[in-house]
Amino acid sequence: MASAKPRVKVPKSASAGEVITIKTLISHTMESGQRKGSDGNVIPRQIINKFSCEFNGQPVFSCDIEPAVSANPYLEFTAKVNEGGTFKFTWVDDDGSVYTDEQNIDVK
Amino acid sequence: MKFTRRETFAVAAGFVAFGVAGLRPTTASATEEDAMKAVMEFAGGEPQAGRISLTAPEIAENGNTVPVTVSVESPMTDADHVQSVVLYADGNPNPFVITFNFTPMSGEATATTRIRLAKTQNVIAVAKMSDGSSFMDKKQVKVTIGGCGG
Repeated sequence: MASAKPRVKVPKSASAGEVITIKTLISHTMESGQRKGSDGNVIPRQIINKFSCEFNGQPVFSCDIEPAVSANPYLEFTAKVNEGGTFKFTWVDDDGSVYTDEQNIDVK
Repeated sequence: MKFTRRETFAVAAGFVAFGVAGLRPTTASATEEDAMKAVMEFAGGEPQAGRISLTAPEIAENGNTVPVTVSVESPMTDADHVQSVVLYADGNPNPFVITFNFTPMSGEATATTRIRLAKTQNVIAVAKMSDGSSFMDKKQVKVTIGGCGG
């Protein structure tokens, strides 16, 4: 699904050692594979099955997602920042596509 | 072979009952035992109570998006941190909902997401610590409109 559009909210700056909250949302239908279409056939499953967040190449948080997660999956989690750098977010679709986003943070 | 009126009814009722019973497996949902079996497998035994808290609404009007938050008390150091938290829903077609994997860089073991619930059921959160111990919390959520579609 090429229309999947990630949106991520990371604070612009933080103090060293602070625990920040990151909010992410990606637009995706998250077709569960349980629904039937108008022709009576089951609509095949297509969901985002993995999400991960890295900071300067180090893993921070990741998820394995099942069809029981709502459409436009929203995730909120925390990260501890000791230095400035880049957060990299990755979503993996059932069809193999990968969506990514990057956000920078300054540490005073 | 001739049926009397009464016998005809009995046979018909039997077919209806059989039909209903026969249809059941296609709409099967996870049972509480299935969910608990999955919990035991993940936790490697009976998880303890405490340290983990699951926040979910008592009544969810729309089962398509039910906000849930899970947080675990932990210092989140290299030696002592939460490895992962799994959410289960014991009345969904598949009891697994989501697995959160934390690292010491997470700072806190807290995460929020929105989930689908097919009907009124228990949501179970199980946390696995780096020392191998596990903790569980359970909340019942009443669902007015199910979230799995037709």
